[in-house]
Amino acid sequence: PPAGSPPHSTTASLPQHGDRGFPLAAAAAAGRAPPRPRPAAAMQFMLLFSRQGKLRLQKWYVPLSDKEKKKITRELVQTVLARKPKMCSFLEWRDLKIVYKRYASLYFCCAIEDQDNELITLEIIHRYVELLDKYFGSVCELDIIFNFEKAYFILDEFLLGGEVQETSKKNVLKAIEQADLLQEKTETMYHSKSFIGFKKAY
Amino acid sequence: MDSVKQSAALCLLRLYKASPDLVPMGEWTARVVHLLNDQHMGVVTAAVSLITCLCKKNPDDFKTCISLAVSRLSRIVSSASTDLQDYTYYFVPAPWLSVKLLRLLQCYPPPEDAAVKGRLVECLETVLNKAQEPPKSKKVQHSNAKNAILFETISLIIHYDSEPNLLVRACNQLGQFLQHRETNLRYLALESMCTLASSEFSHEAVKTHIDTVINALKTERDVSVRQRAADLLYAMCDRSNAKQIVSEMLRYLETADYAIREEIVLKVAILAEKYAVDYSWYVDTILNLIRIAGDYVSEEVWYRVLQIVTNRDDVQGYAAKTVFEALQAPACHENMVKVGGYILGEFGNLIAGDPRSSPPVQFSLLHSKFHLCSVATRALLLSTYIKFINLFPETKATIQAVLRAGSQLRNADVELQQRAVEYLTLSSVASTDVLATVLEEMPPFPERESSILAKLKRKKGPGAGSALDDGRRDPSSNDINGGVEPTPSTVSTPSPSADLLGLRAAPPPAAPPASAGAGNLLVDVFDGPAAQPSLGPTPEEAFLSELEPPAPESPMALLADPAPAADPGPEDIGPPIPEADELLNKFVCKNNGVLFENQLLQIGVKSEFRQNLGRMYLFYGNKTSVQFQNFSPTVVHPGDLQTQLAVQTKRVAAQVDGGAQVQQVLNIECLRDFLTPPLLSVRFRYGGAPQALTLKLPVTINKFFQPTEMAAQDFFQRWKQLSLPQQEAQKIFKANHPMDAEVTKAKLLGFGSALLDNVDPNPENFVGAGIIQTKALQVGCLLRLEPNAQAQMYRLTLRTSKEPVSRHLCELLAQQF
Repeated sequence: PPAGSPPHSTTASLPQHGDRGFPLAAAAAAGRAPPRPRPAAAMQFMLLFSRQGKLRLQKWYVPLSDKEKKKITRELVQTVLARKPKMCSFLEWRDLKIVYKRYASLYFCCAIEDQDNELITLEIIHRYVELLDKYFGSVCELDIIFNFEKAYFILDEFLLGGEVQETSKKNVLKAIEQADLLQEKTETMYHSKSFIGFKKAY
Repeated sequence: MDSVKQSAALCLLRLYKASPDLVPMGEWTARVVHLLNDQHMGVVTAAVSLITCLCKKNPDDFKTCISLAVSRLSRIVSSASTDLQDYTYYFVPAPWLSVKLLRLLQCYPPPEDAAVKGRLVECLETVLNKAQEPPKSKKVQHSNAKNAILFETISLIIHYDSEPNLLVRACNQLGQFLQHRETNLRYLALESMCTLASSEFSHEAVKTHIDTVINALKTERDVSVRQRAADLLYAMCDRSNAKQIVSEMLRYLETADYAIREEIVLKVAILAEKYAVDYSWYVDTILNLIRIAGDYVSEEVWYRVLQIVTNRDDVQGYAAKTVFEALQAPACHENMVKVGGYILGEFGNLIAGDPRSSPPVQFSLLHSKFHLCSVATRALLLSTYIKFINLFPETKATIQAVLRAGSQLRNADVELQQRAVEYLTLSSVASTDVLATVLEEMPPFPERESSILAKLKRKKGPGAGSALDDGRRDPSSNDINGGVEPTPSTVSTPSPSADLLGLRAAPPPAAPPASAGAGNLLVDVFDGPAAQPSLGPTPEEAFLSELEPPAPESPMALLADPAPAADPGPEDIGPPIPEADELLNKFVCKNNGVLFENQLLQIGVKSEFRQNLGRMYLFYGNKTSVQFQNFSPTVVHPGDLQTQLAVQTKRVAAQVDGGAQVQQVLNIECLRDFLTPPLLSVRFRYGGAPQALTLKLPVTINKFFQPTEMAAQDFFQRWKQLSLPQQEAQKIFKANHPMDAEVTKAKLLGFGSALLDNVDPNPENFVGAGIIQTKALQVGCLLRLEPNAQAQMYRLTLRTSKEPVSRHLCELLAQQF
C-alpha cells in the first residue's frame, strides 16, 4: 500500500481509569516529553545572582555533585542574563522549566519540573522576597550578602524539600523570630548586621 | 505543634522520594489522609504534597482523599477574601493550597461518586467564572495567583477530558489569553492549548484560533513564545489546515533559531507526509526544507522522500523535474545534490525527452556539483552515473571518461576508488542486458514505521508524535534502509516455550543442510526441565528478516557503513591464549564450569551431549561496571574442521552492561571424527579499548563418547579384533594428580566411557568401553588403564578402529590423570 494516510483521529491516548494518572498525557502531541514517572521535587533548585553574574544564594533540592552544581549554575546564569527585559519569565532549559524574576539588582531563578505550575512559582519567588523584605526591612542585595544565613533560614521555613510548606507570612516570620530569640539566648550576641566571612554552600 | 506537623510531613515526603521502600505506609495511610481535614492551613498544604506523591504509587490506598480534597477546594474557592486571613494572598484565597489540591486531583480519574463529582464541576466552573470578573487588584501578584489557579484548573479539565462544555470554556479562556498583554500569559496559553488540541472535544475549538497562533509565530519577540506557537501549530494540524500550517512553518523556518531548526524540519516532514493528498506537494515541501535549512535536514527526512517517490509511480516524473530545476540554482545544498542525484539516477529517463533536461544536460548538471561534495555524496553520484550509462547509452563515453580519470581510479578514499573501478569495468564488460538487469529500477520499499517519527521521539522523549501515529507501529521499529536492528533478549529467564521459538529462527547461511534436521532432533533430545533460555533475537524479528526482500541496491547499502563484518576466519583472529590448552583440558571430563576468567570477563560453560549432538551454553559475565560495546563472540573452525564438526551459534547482544551476564547458545553436531577443537573468539570494546581473546572451545571428540556396557568375553573378543598395531595407542606416563581410585573412576565416566567390572583380572585396573557417535560413522572404543601406585605412573591402552582416533583419545585421556 502506498504511503498515503488512512483516516486519522486526533484523539491522543488518554490515561485509562486505574492509570497512574499522569496529567497532560496529551502534552505529547506538542512534542514535549511527558512527565517522567519518578517522583519529582516541585522545585529542583533556586539560585539568586546579581546582574554581574555573581551568585548570592543557592538552594538545591536534588542531590548533585559540586561539579555539576557549578556547571548548571554557570550555564543557567549565562542563559538568564542573556534574556531581554520584555521576554517572558519562563524558559525551557535542558529538561526543566526555569522561572525567573528580577528584583532590583538580583535575579531570582527557580527550576521546576515539567508538570509544575509556572505562575504559582513566580508567586513563590514573590512571597520569598516579601518575607525577606519584612524581616530585613526594605531588603536590598547587601542585606543578603551580609546575612545570607538568615536568608537561608527564612527560605527553609517557607519551602521544605522543594515544596511550599507554610504560606502564611505571619507564621513564617514568627518562626524566624523564635529561632532568633533562641539564638540570642545561646550566643548572647545581639543581632546585628555582622559580616560572616566564610560563605557556605547549602 | 502545627509547624512540627507540617515540617514532618514534608520531611517524610523527601525521605520517601529518596527511598520509597523504607517508608511503611500501611497504618499511616488513614492518618495522612486525615491531615487534609486539619484546621491549620499550613499543615494541609504540606500534607497535600505528601499525599500527591504517595498516591502515585498506591492510588487505591489513598482514594479517600479525593472527596476530602474536593470539599476543601470548594470551600476555598467559594470563600470570601477575608475568610482565610493570613492565607489570602493579594485577595486570592490560599492560592498555593488550591493549586496543590488541583494537582492532587490530577492523579485520579474523575470522581465516580455523583455528589463529589457535582461539587467538583461546580467548583471548576466557579474558577472559570471568576476569570471573567474584573480583578480585585491591579497588582500583578493578584493576577498571577488567580491565573495560576485558573491554569491548574484547565489542566485538570484537560486531564479528565470528559466534560465537553468545560473543555470548550477552557479553550475559549485560553483563546483570550492568547492575545493578552502579558507575555507570560500568552506563553502559558499557547502551552496549554497544545494539550487541548489533541482532545477530540476541543480540537475543533482550538483550530478556530489558528490565525492568532500564526500571527504569534510571526510577531512574537520572545523566541520561547514563538516556539510554543510552532508546537501548537503542529498539534492542531489536520487535513483541513495542513497546507496552510506547513507553509507557515516553512516561512518560520527561514528565520528560526538554529537550535530549534532540526526539530522544525522533522515536524514539517512528518506533517507533510501525513497530510499529503497530493504527493507533488509533499515533494515540493521536502525540497523546500532542503533549500531553506539543508544543514538540519537529517538523513531520515530525505531517505523518506526517496522512499515515497520510489513507491509512488505518479509522482516520479514530477520529482525528477522539480529536482532538476532545483539543482540549477547556483548555490545548492549538498542534501539537494544527494536527493537529486538519486532521483535522476532512477527516474531521469522520465524527463529526458525534453531537450532542456536531456541526458547530457542532466549529467553535466550533476557533475558540475561533483567536486564540491563530500565523499558520501560523490559515492552516490558515481552510482547515479552508472545508472545513467544504463539509461542513456549516449552518455556512456563521457561517463566512462570520468570514471577512468585518475582522480577516481586512484582516489584516496577506498569507497570511491572501488566504485569507480567496478562501475568502469561493469560498463565495459557487461552486455546491455546484464547491465539493465543489474541497474534495474529500485523496487518499492516495504512499508515500515517512519523513521522520522522515531527520530523525533528520540529527540523529544517518548511521548512526542504519539498523536500522529496511526498505530502502524511494527513490533520492531526498523530503520528504513538498514536491516532489522537486533534487539536480542539475552536475559536468561528459562521458559519452556522459548526453546521451540528459538529453534524456529532462521539457520545461519553457513550451516550444513543437516542442521535444520539437527534442530528438530534437539527438540526431542533436550526435552523437559532443562533450562531453555530465550535465544538471541526474538522470533518475530528473525521471521521478519526472512520475509523482507533483500533490496539489491538500496541507497543505504551504497552510502552507509559496510555491512556488518562476516565472522572472522581463522586468520583474522589472534592465536589462542597461552592457557587455552590447559583450560581445554579441564573440560575434557566435565561439562560445566568456568571456562575463562580475567579482570574484565568471566566465561562460564554448561553443556550436554547426546549421541552425536551437543548443546553448549556460554555465559559471558561482565565483571566491570562499564558496559562492553560491540561484544561479539564467534566460533571459528580452523582448517577443515567445518566438515567434521558443525557448530551453530546465535548472535548475542552487542552491548553487555556492567555486572550483567549474557548467554550464547551453541548447537553442535559431530559429523565425523575430529581432532582439533573449534576456537572461540571474543571481541569487544571496553572503555574504548578493543579487547580480543581466543580460546579453545571445550568440544572434544570424547564428548560424543557413548558408554557401552558389555560382558567380559565380549570385551575380550572385540579387543582381539582390534589387534592391528595402528588401531592401538598406548601411553605410559607419570601421574600428575593423586592416584585416587574413586576420582579416577569419576574421570573415566566423565570422559564418556562405561566402566566395566570384573573384566580385568587385576581389580586395580580400569576397563572401559564406548562408541564415538558421529553422523558419518561410529567408532567403537576400548580402553584399559593400569595404575602403578608405587611408581606413581599409569599405563593407558586404547583400541579403536581408527588410528587417529586412538591416538587422540589417548592423548586427551592421559592428561587427565
